[in-house]
Amino acid sequence: MKGIAAVACSLFLLPGGVWAQSTVPPQTPEKTEARFRALEERIRALEEELRVVKAAQTQAPAQSAAPVEVAQAPAPPPALPSYGQIGGAGGSAAKALNPDIGVIGNFIGATGRNQINPLGALSLQESEVSLQAIVDPYARADFFLAIGEEGIEVEEGYVTFTSVPGGFVPRVGRMRAAFGRTNSFHNHSLPWVDRPMVAFNLMGGSLDEADVGIKDAGISVSRILPSPNGLFLEATGELFRGDSGSLFKASRRSDVSVVGHLKAYSDLTENTNLELGGSYGRGHNDLGSSFITQLYGLDATLRWKPLRRAIYRSFAARTELVWSRRDEVTTTQRAFGLFGSLEYRLGRRWFVGGRYDWSERARNSAQHDSGGSFVLTYWPSEFSQIRGQLRRTRYAEGQTANELLLQVLFTIGAHGAHPF
Amino acid sequence: MVIVLLAGMVALRPEGARAAGKVNVVASTTDLAALAQEVGGDRVTVTSIARGYQDPHYVEAKPSFLLQLKRADLLVVVGLQLEIGWLPPLVTQCGNPKVQPGAPGYFDSSQFAQILEVPTAQVTRAMGDVHPLGNPHYWLDPQNGLRIAQGIAQKLSQMSPGDTAYFAERVKSFQQRITEAEKRWDEQMKPYRGRKIVTYHRSWPNLATRFGLNVVDYVEPRAGIPPSPAHLVELIGMMKRENIKVIFVEPYFDLKTPNSVAAQTGAQVVVLLPSVGGEKEVTDYFKLFDYDVNLMVRAFQAAR
Repeated sequence: MKGIAAVACSLFLLPGGVWAQSTVPPQTPEKTEARFRALEERIRALEEELRVVKAAQTQAPAQSAAPVEVAQAPAPPPALPSYGQIGGAGGSAAKALNPDIGVIGNFIGATGRNQINPLGALSLQESEVSLQAIVDPYARADFFLAIGEEGIEVEEGYVTFTSVPGGFVPRVGRMRAAFGRTNSFHNHSLPWVDRPMVAFNLMGGSLDEADVGIKDAGISVSRILPSPNGLFLEATGELFRGDSGSLFKASRRSDVSVVGHLKAYSDLTENTNLELGGSYGRGHNDLGSSFITQLYGLDATLRWKPLRRAIYRSFAARTELVWSRRDEVTTTQRAFGLFGSLEYRLGRRWFVGGRYDWSERARNSAQHDSGGSFVLTYWPSEFSQIRGQLRRTRYAEGQTANELLLQVLFTIGAHGAHPF
Repeated sequence: MVIVLLAGMVALRPEGARAAGKVNVVASTTDLAALAQEVGGDRVTVTSIARGYQDPHYVEAKPSFLLQLKRADLLVVVGLQLEIGWLPPLVTQCGNPKVQPGAPGYFDSSQFAQILEVPTAQVTRAMGDVHPLGNPHYWLDPQNGLRIAQGIAQKLSQMSPGDTAYFAERVKSFQQRITEAEKRWDEQMKPYRGRKIVTYHRSWPNLATRFGLNVVDYVEPRAGIPPSPAHLVELIGMMKRENIKVIFVEPYFDLKTPNSVAAQTGAQVVVLLPSVGGEKEVTDYFKLFDYDVNLMVRAFQAAR
């Protein structure tokens, strides 16, 4: 079949070619010479063009990379070949623009007895998918999707505008609020298995949600403030829709919530630094638009890490104090809570720590819970972590819960930034 | 609400105004700072974020570095994901458009250097904390130092066209001095070409290649993974078999393990400096190689 087609084609084309040749008009010597001259002109023009291109090519590497005269001794291979490449890059090259993708598994096991706020015996509490990339010359985007056992939640998803004049850094999207210090930490970067009790009691915890804290959709603007030498000051202002856990509830559009944070930081020595923060939050609560909840917070973190032995030794002490003022139908509930925590790195792979919790309850400040934890952490590598936390909690109901929490964290994909 | 917004708006004042027309260069490491200083002379002010005795993989993203970055005209980075754990959040948060990736004030030195150990096959973290773009410790070859210096000179000339001739002159002088110094270093290291060594981390491929040393194994079983007893037994056996008498260790690793390996193999542990500022007297790029070459020569002499 193919053979027949080829013969048919050649039969069809052959006379055409013959015909084309035979139709070229006979040329006079003058005309031929004129054509030669024209061709000569074109060759000259092309030669000139080639010369220019070559000159540009020899300059280009000097401008972009290893200059010619440097490459005397061991000549480096040039970053890019100076000749053109036949064909473009393969399809996979387009994937270079894909965001950096990482997944962190957070597996938690619990033993012991807790009737007030029980955790399941074994659960993959959260699988956090991070997608991060530069959007354009003016912004970058970060998405953190928290996949729990019952569904998926955008834990954070925001764009950060990095090229705004005046030193302002605006963020738009859904994010963890800049209230206090640990509220903005993701679960996997906390120095404990759980979040402190004060976050649960005063910052919108609920029994159906493992990941407590203030997080909402909105706009955040931060700016480094002018300050005397050696002191770092940063202010952050945030405007949110007004829905965050059991803390804020927007019944109408104007029920927005706000969070403000002022951070002061100083390097006391090369190895030691101190961070102090003050926070304020205000929003409408679940009783309705005219019921306001306000939060005031103070936080302090003292860190020590000797630079020459940073991967073997470090110490951190943190505390956060939160005051809540919640409008109820007839009264205003004023509650207070705090935690204090210590962490010490024993070696390249081992960390120990402890935490003390004490907090009243936002809806009934006559009730308070308290607790203490001892934490031991083991790092097989930078990408996995095994942690045990012995936790004793004394609930306002009069019950005491002794529990052992076990956590296995594992990370695949892109190398994320270390939290500070 | 007003209070909150006010807090973010305190004092709008012009940032980054260049002090007396000088280009403010911030380098992620001391080596790049030293190279920028060689080229920039008195037309630049140079600071670095990491210290020379610090593991550049594990620098902390301290807010005080934001103050440095906020005022920078030019940020010089090592690249190849060396700073991936700490620099990106600092750059994002510093509020300085000039030094964002892709902006004219963002200078990735790895684009100018000869890079070794670029993986050609699939990489996975089973290999440890691998750098998929190639080994980022490339500044430990003086020729790469020169290439980076020339790149920085070009960048500075673009930023400060009036000083182009000055920067060109300084690069020329740097090139002359490095060529002379290289002759000296080569001469010193010549008798030891082909020597087999063990190093703690994969920080030295460029240095070893430059001076013809043969890195046979590492104290770390895999990049970023602490040594295991099984690996150490293997390492000790290999060192005895191959008669390897020198272990190079970076100043930020604990010496306990290398010392015990050395005790069992009769080798010596040498704390070689990967960076300018690793010791007080190592104040510039030339002194870094002077220091390391002297240490290496002494170690090889003793191992004879």
